[in-house]
Amino acid sequence: MQFAFTEEQVLIRDTAREFFNEHATSARVRAALAAPGGYDRDLWSELLAMGWAGIAVAEAHGGSGLGWVELCLLQAEQGRRLVSSPFFTTTALAAPLLARLGTAAQQAEWLPALVTGGKQFACAVTGAAGHPGAAGITAELVAQPDGSYRLGGAADFVIHADTADTLLVVARAPGSVGAQGLSVVVVPADALGITRTPHVMLDLTRPMCRVEFAAVKVHAPSVLGTPEAAAAELETVLQLARVALAAECLGGAEHMLEMTTDYAKQRVQFGRAIGSFQAVKHRLADMMVAVEAAKSAAWYAACAATESPAELPEAAAIAKSNCADAFFNCAANGIQLHGGIGYTWDHDAHLYFKRARATGTLLGTSAWQREQLAQLMGLGNSASPPAY
Amino acid sequence: MKLGFTEAQEAFRRDCAAWLEAQLSGPFRDIRGVMGQMAMLERRMEWEQALGRERFSAIGWPEAFGGRAATLAEQVIFAEEYARAGAPGRVGHMGIELAGPTILTFGTAEQKARFLLPIARGEEFWCQGYSEPNAGSDLANVRTRAALVETPDGPKWQVNGQKIWTSLATFAHWSFVVCRTEEGTKGHKGLSYLLVPTRQAGVTIRPIRQMNGEAEFNETFFSDALTDATHIVGAPGEGWKVAMGTLAFERGVSTLAQQMSFRNELDHLVAAAKANGAAADPTLRLRLAEAYSGLRIMRYSALRMLSNADGGELSGAAYTYKIHWATWRKKLGELVMDVLGPAGEIATGVPYHWDELQGVFFSSRSDTIYGGTNQIQRNLIAERALGLPKEPRGA
Repeated sequence: MQFAFTEEQVLIRDTAREFFNEHATSARVRAALAAPGGYDRDLWSELLAMGWAGIAVAEAHGGSGLGWVELCLLQAEQGRRLVSSPFFTTTALAAPLLARLGTAAQQAEWLPALVTGGKQFACAVTGAAGHPGAAGITAELVAQPDGSYRLGGAADFVIHADTADTLLVVARAPGSVGAQGLSVVVVPADALGITRTPHVMLDLTRPMCRVEFAAVKVHAPSVLGTPEAAAAELETVLQLARVALAAECLGGAEHMLEMTTDYAKQRVQFGRAIGSFQAVKHRLADMMVAVEAAKSAAWYAACAATESPAELPEAAAIAKSNCADAFFNCAANGIQLHGGIGYTWDHDAHLYFKRARATGTLLGTSAWQREQLAQLMGLGNSASPPAY
Repeated sequence: MKLGFTEAQEAFRRDCAAWLEAQLSGPFRDIRGVMGQMAMLERRMEWEQALGRERFSAIGWPEAFGGRAATLAEQVIFAEEYARAGAPGRVGHMGIELAGPTILTFGTAEQKARFLLPIARGEEFWCQGYSEPNAGSDLANVRTRAALVETPDGPKWQVNGQKIWTSLATFAHWSFVVCRTEEGTKGHKGLSYLLVPTRQAGVTIRPIRQMNGEAEFNETFFSDALTDATHIVGAPGEGWKVAMGTLAFERGVSTLAQQMSFRNELDHLVAAAKANGAAADPTLRLRLAEAYSGLRIMRYSALRMLSNADGGELSGAAYTYKIHWATWRKKLGELVMDVLGPAGEIATGVPYHWDELQGVFFSSRSDTIYGGTNQIQRNLIAERALGLPKEPRGA
């Protein structure tokens, strides 16, 4: 029992921090938001060249074969700099979907390409109305007499769908509900019948699309693993993804705390640094309390993901809710403590604030995570469960 | 990072669980699950002695002083099994978690030989002589004073003054007292850390009735109270450093053990919510889940802190734990009353009795006050962990 980073993990964190400090400057992050696709393709190429997309992919498929802690270290460092890149979608959604649901042949076909960037994936794991989890899936996969399928319906909030070349789509059998009848299929993003409509998101740093499917042809070998049996692994993948988001939120929260603390030390009013006033100090202290709790939650969950899968459902819900809340708390207080300058477009605070809000919603709000916990605690059914 | 335990550690877990179960379904079944500070004190002192005989009382201490020199993992395991077994709240914690570690860290060989075994065996109980009527948050403002005097039994410290909020003083044998030993000094200079026997003519203890009706706290008056000249921890004038070490223990190492009682409180609340239907209420169930999250995070944080412990030095993060658990428990107390509903407003008996859950509502109000108020904690976090400018001081 040693709940602390190993030397190797510290090295990964320090390397990543140095890299993103140098390459993901505020100016470059802002330039990326305006670029086609909303992310920094040069930076993403460098991440691919370093093999980071394969950090948690098995070595047999060209990855590094490391665990979720290492992946989350990279997530946290990108969260600190507000990096907009397909890293989350690629490593925390696509890779585990392929690895956990795909047959050996499917893994061998897709995972090496994912690691090198030869294929760029986007994952449609959220239904048309944005309800998180299996029950919210609305895309439909209809079996055809010839053994192939037709994909219909829609998915929404699909991250980086506009720039991906391959989509992993969760779809349900006609008439199925809840966790029943779910399959995951691999389709070319430009297949006939697919319409990808980019949204203008309030969070400028994570582009998302609505994706509609009109009788898209899906060949049987493009269904990952056994058709209509994806629910359990899908749920685990979503939990893993929530842990990765938690780590990203933690990085953002830490950055906002540090940035605001520095500002409070420098900004002078009434002849004193504003950080000498208790009204300011106590807010910063509360931010640090939230950040430290978030750290414990995120790293425990990341550790459980690899080492103690039975604890993952609980740890993921705790991590996602606490880290997202801590991030929002720190971003919101960061704006407040920066005063007027914090409310301007030119200051980075609003970018973090919006990322915090959006990530809080992504894959289930904090209320939704707590409802999952309530179920795990044995509290029975809710008279009115949260919708999102 | 590694969360799992070895086979040897799992065997230790089974041993702990078996012993606890045998005791708590056998000779100590009457105090199973008793958590309040003052309930069934005599029996719980006997329980402390039973723990001491098995070296379970202070398992992290060296074997020579009644412990098992237990590793971090073993301490975690014991704390978990203790909670799982529903063992009673510890009444020896002032000695086990504060006086003992302070003497282990700062004490002389003679002091360790004299004091540690009786603490670990549950034979001597301790209380804390820090706060005074005019030295609360501003602890360095203590006015209790002590001077060396010659007596027929040799040189002694003679102590005069008043302490307050002395938890459990009525059954303690010893008090660790911060007092001024250099005349004319102010603030943290000139203070010393004395070990004073409380059962002597020069010490008067007067209980203070708290808002919950109980009298766990006391006023302690020292009037020419005596203690041996050797019963000083650290050098004369170094009491502040030693006392801050004790507060560090209070903020740090005890958190894991403390969660034992929190977990039982939450379990009881969940059972009550299931029984009265509150568990289906969409708002209350999310608050219960949030409470559960906060409790789990306390455990994760304790593991983090203990895994990173190096020589007792506190990381910046450790400053955040007190405010986290104290605020958590205060919210738990409020949640208790919301879950219980109108039935929770009725006392359980005359003259003023309440059950364990109602007790959480009351006692949690003190959690954000004692051991450094939330406001003081925020100052500490801001100044020591975040490096913000210090508060201006009065002349």
